[in-house]
Amino acid sequence: MYTRRQLLKQAAALGLSTFYFKNLNFDAVADEISFPEKSKDLIILSPRPPLLETPNKYFKKLITPKEALFVRWHLSGIPTYINLDEFRLKVSGNVENPLELTIQDLMTKFEPVEYVAVIQCAGNGRSYVKPSVPGAQWKYGAMGNVKWTGVRLKDILNKAGIKKGSVDVVFNGLDVPPMPSTPDVVKSIPIDELFDDIIVAYKMNDEPIPMLNGFPLRLIVPGWYASLWIKSLSDITVTDKEFDGFWVKSAYRVPDNPCRCIEPGETPEKTKPVHRMRTYSIIIDPSDTKVVKLGEKVKIMGVAFSGGYSVNQVLVSIDGGKSWSKADLGKDLGRYSWIQWFYEFTPKRKGEYIVMVLAINSIGEGQPLKGLWNPSGYEWNEIQKLTIKVV
Amino acid sequence: MKRFILAILIPLSLSFGENIKTIEIPNIPDNKLKDGKGKEVVEQYCSICHSLNYITMQKGLSKKVWEAEVKKMILFGAPIENQKDIDAIVEYLEKNY
Repeated sequence: MYTRRQLLKQAAALGLSTFYFKNLNFDAVADEISFPEKSKDLIILSPRPPLLETPNKYFKKLITPKEALFVRWHLSGIPTYINLDEFRLKVSGNVENPLELTIQDLMTKFEPVEYVAVIQCAGNGRSYVKPSVPGAQWKYGAMGNVKWTGVRLKDILNKAGIKKGSVDVVFNGLDVPPMPSTPDVVKSIPIDELFDDIIVAYKMNDEPIPMLNGFPLRLIVPGWYASLWIKSLSDITVTDKEFDGFWVKSAYRVPDNPCRCIEPGETPEKTKPVHRMRTYSIIIDPSDTKVVKLGEKVKIMGVAFSGGYSVNQVLVSIDGGKSWSKADLGKDLGRYSWIQWFYEFTPKRKGEYIVMVLAINSIGEGQPLKGLWNPSGYEWNEIQKLTIKVV
Repeated sequence: MKRFILAILIPLSLSFGENIKTIEIPNIPDNKLKDGKGKEVVEQYCSICHSLNYITMQKGLSKKVWEAEVKKMILFGAPIENQKDIDAIVEYLEKNY
């Protein structure tokens, strides 16, 4: 395997100038390393498997550019070569007609569906969990707002014909474990919990999905955490009994109680899989404590989203939570998209203003003042605090 | 030599009209572990499956939590077979991270 640096060295040896590479829009220069199809300013939490976090600045955009979207693989055996002539999406198990579909089949034989949906890692914000928990220490950059195009899972399953007595639908992708003893990442959804908007996507922001985000097909379960959104999806299997794979029964689980939380340090009595997202609002700008002069206008913006129910209210407090007023909302791209919010005020005194933001969705789900703790740091949605210092 | 040029041209030009896609994952070194007793055992086992960044990014965990993590990794297939190595790994992690 070559590093980019080695490639460029070889290119120099061959007499190819870096100008030649620049003309090819090859954006790595000799001293910078970037992952394929990804911006070089993504934050590298881990190189192997790649865990790449999106820097805050990209969230000022309503749609996250595909080269800026976060990357999260569980196993180091990630796909690096795909031949679409050979690639098939296999649908098998408890079905009348097992299918082997090409990308072309999906693009031409099914009705295309598109929508904008937030993709968010279940561990987004984990680095803010107190007391700290093990896992990828994401700030808020394991999320993005993306336009997905694909076909309904329901249409694919109807074509295959689900047999009576089916229980789960199981999804597997092309990534492979680093060792034979490591369980492959395979996820399932109970048949009863499937809904029409789940799609098998072949495009992201109107272009093929980047390899590191799941080329050529990705399962999109809008409103649910991305742990279910299997990348490089290659196999859909319908089962006649409950699927008991490691990644469903032992990983990505939260306490099975109404708050999906426990007191720090305790062990949950019962757990259940991570599914629908909590409501969340995130302050994007300013990204950290800001100093302003008395009389200067303070402008704050951010994004808010919820697990499939539109956010219809974003409330802002500038006095540490004593009083709240409504923020202005941006363009509504549908119930799975995030919505931008904007708020401005002019401080009337010197000192510190503590800004807090609370999103509420159309079924009344909000956010906690104190984060709901669970041993893996999933589903974090504590109300954020931002300090504005007036001098 | 021709092969590497192809490897970088293909991902740049791929659309659904062209049917092979390859990427090269850059070879980025892991973060270095703090020096300490047991460091070598940790490097030897943990880096088989993942970068050592998985350790260095943690924000201070108790012995109980590190024990549970090592147990989890064994469930994930980590080939740590004897209790002596398990203890050495937990001790190093608890002391340093």
